[in-house]
Amino acid sequence: MKRLIIGAIAFTAILLADAAQARAALRVVATTQDLEAIVKEVAGDKVETESLAKGYQDPHFVEAKPSFILRLNKADLLVVVGRELEIGWLPPLITQSRNQKIQPGAQGYLDASLTAKILDLPTGQITRAMGDVHPQGNPHYWLDADNGRRIAKAIQAKLSELDGGNAAVYAQREADFERRIADAEQRWKTTMAPYKGLKVVTYHRSWPNFADEFGLDVMGYVEPKPGIPPSPSHSLELIQEMKKDNVKIIIVEPYFDPKTPNSIAAQTGAQVVTLAPSVGGEKEVTDYFKLFDYDIGKLVAAIKATEAR
Amino acid sequence: MLQSFRVNQVIRLFVAALCLAMPASAQSQAPSSQTTADLRAELERLQQAVKALEEKVAALEQQPAAAAAPTTPPVAVLPTPPAVAAPPTAPAAPGAEPPTVQQPPAGGVAVPPGAAGAGGPEGSLPVYGSTSALSKIFNPDMAVIGNFVGAAGRNDVAPLPALRLQEAEASFQAIVDPYARADFFLSASPEGLEIEEGFITFPTVPGGLLVKVGKMKAQFGKVNTQHSHVLPWVDVPLPMANLLGGEEGLNDSGLSVSKLILNPVLFLEATGEIYQGNDHLFTSHKRGNLAYVGRLRGYRDITEGTNLDVGTSIAYGHNDVGPGFTTTIYGLDATVRYRPLRRAIYRRFIGRTELFWSRRQPEQANAFGAYVSGEYQFAQRWFAGARYDFSDRAADPLLQDKSGSLLLTYWPSEFSQVRGQLRRTRYAEGVDANELLFQFLFSIGAHGAHVF
Repeated sequence: MKRLIIGAIAFTAILLADAAQARAALRVVATTQDLEAIVKEVAGDKVETESLAKGYQDPHFVEAKPSFILRLNKADLLVVVGRELEIGWLPPLITQSRNQKIQPGAQGYLDASLTAKILDLPTGQITRAMGDVHPQGNPHYWLDADNGRRIAKAIQAKLSELDGGNAAVYAQREADFERRIADAEQRWKTTMAPYKGLKVVTYHRSWPNFADEFGLDVMGYVEPKPGIPPSPSHSLELIQEMKKDNVKIIIVEPYFDPKTPNSIAAQTGAQVVTLAPSVGGEKEVTDYFKLFDYDIGKLVAAIKATEAR
Repeated sequence: MLQSFRVNQVIRLFVAALCLAMPASAQSQAPSSQTTADLRAELERLQQAVKALEEKVAALEQQPAAAAAPTTPPVAVLPTPPAVAAPPTAPAAPGAEPPTVQQPPAGGVAVPPGAAGAGGPEGSLPVYGSTSALSKIFNPDMAVIGNFVGAAGRNDVAPLPALRLQEAEASFQAIVDPYARADFFLSASPEGLEIEEGFITFPTVPGGLLVKVGKMKAQFGKVNTQHSHVLPWVDVPLPMANLLGGEEGLNDSGLSVSKLILNPVLFLEATGEIYQGNDHLFTSHKRGNLAYVGRLRGYRDITEGTNLDVGTSIAYGHNDVGPGFTTTIYGLDATVRYRPLRRAIYRRFIGRTELFWSRRQPEQANAFGAYVSGEYQFAQRWFAGARYDFSDRAADPLLQDKSGSLLLTYWPSEFSQVRGQLRRTRYAEGVDANELLFQFLFSIGAHGAHVF
């Protein structure tokens, strides 16, 4: 009898847990904190949002943890970066989510890259001899205010489709976001204007859209090829190139080992600047606007310190 | 005169008839020089028409797609390509309309809507080694993984060849339709070609079930569910060989159903499986001799970089002694993982252990086996590991084998690995074997991500 009662209690607890999770607000899961931040801009408190990868984590190498399956299981909408950024970890999570709403092709699956401006689309034949190339273009496209707008628009359209009742709210918030981003973009561009054409080195190819928007010229990479760790011979070549072109800035993502960039910097008089590639990449980068504020602030400080321009 | 008129008429009629018959007979008969010239002219005319059309298409492509694309509603999948265009070598029937289908640019597929309009490059996305990509767009993701194993040292009980391509695994994976996906793994080895796995997965069955049907690795423990190229060792631990029927383990045709048991505390998944009962461990003497596998798995994040994964499994089926005799295996497994998120590509530790109990009729032989293993990543491309394993033999539990290993693995990239394993095995016969095993793993193509 005792066992039966314990069993009944456990069963009820599971049922209640299930019921508690069945609330009304739309549940949105974004694969990165950047997308989560833009969902928050568009939806405010009308939806519940969470993200899988952290901003300070390499988004190519996220572990497909079962705890993520639980988040996807309850999601009404999954927003992905796309362009194969998540190919190493997201597909098995979606398959195991037991959630038909978010399967690729279903209504609750949104690939944010489809309306974004994508750079580095390879032309001609590509092979893995080129390193870990993305055949569908560079997936680090969110560091571009214009793409921020495009992503917000796509999210607004999708949210309105899934939650028609709040469509007016989403439209109004999206318009407001566009206004604010236009103002901010003006400010960022003014700050960066004196450094147009400045040559920089980055660790990985995470910054093409950022460089494109603010006129930076990425002349080399610490990685010899995408995803391939630094090699002494490549570093030597890079040092020579940097000396020749008087390059003083090395941009590094927070998830890479700064050892090689530091040694290159020591030999070239350059400065290593760790920028946030994503919202959440540093503690103070809590939303999409602060992401640019932080990166531009830090970059400009480094440029001034090294008298690169 | 009359005669010559008649002859002329007959010749004309003959030529006309020949011309009419030509399209049908052109391929089977050698045409006269006159009709060859006609055909050439026709072909030239068609070639010119095709050229003109190609120019038109190119001109249309030059026009910015910007006006149309941004208004295209965002779609969730890559767009369905237009119908496959006729291959350039297809014979054009005289009088037939030139194909109106747009020829895809060589070596590419259409850029997803929005990309072009959004200022991205226009035209095509490249596809690996492709010349006419559209015909391939629905091909599954394909990969081949080579597993080359070598051994040095002395082993008189279970010797491995000095050098051998142990396995070439070909995988084919794709989404079948809106309701299912399919995965095939064909394994070619010196013993022959076999279907390692081939199953369909229904991820969205009502009731929150995940259903798999086909030939697959049974959800028993951890090692049994993994392909050899994702194991952290060159070999498999002794309990796999002694108690689960060998390297392949429980791998059979059947049906698998699993369900998440949602609760606020941890990830909990229950799996039930039915198999035909014929694999390296079980033997089906008649249709009713099925094998059953059950598993309960729990997982919890301890910190953002540390997690614990535990499971318990059971497998039951008939053994090779006879139709009246069964084998039951019980398993317990635990895995602890540590991978700091900020340094995920440089550091990780995985500690794992599995315990197996086997109960085999007729003599109710109770055999036990287990392993403990740890791997530590100490640089972006380097892993060091150690393993201790031991196991009774299923048919004679009084015989126990023991082994200890040290491992070093180097990853040139995500797609290849080189591994060395120093292994010392003490076999129940009292024989010691000291060996150096080494392995080259290499993968080409698109291999789907592995389940955690």
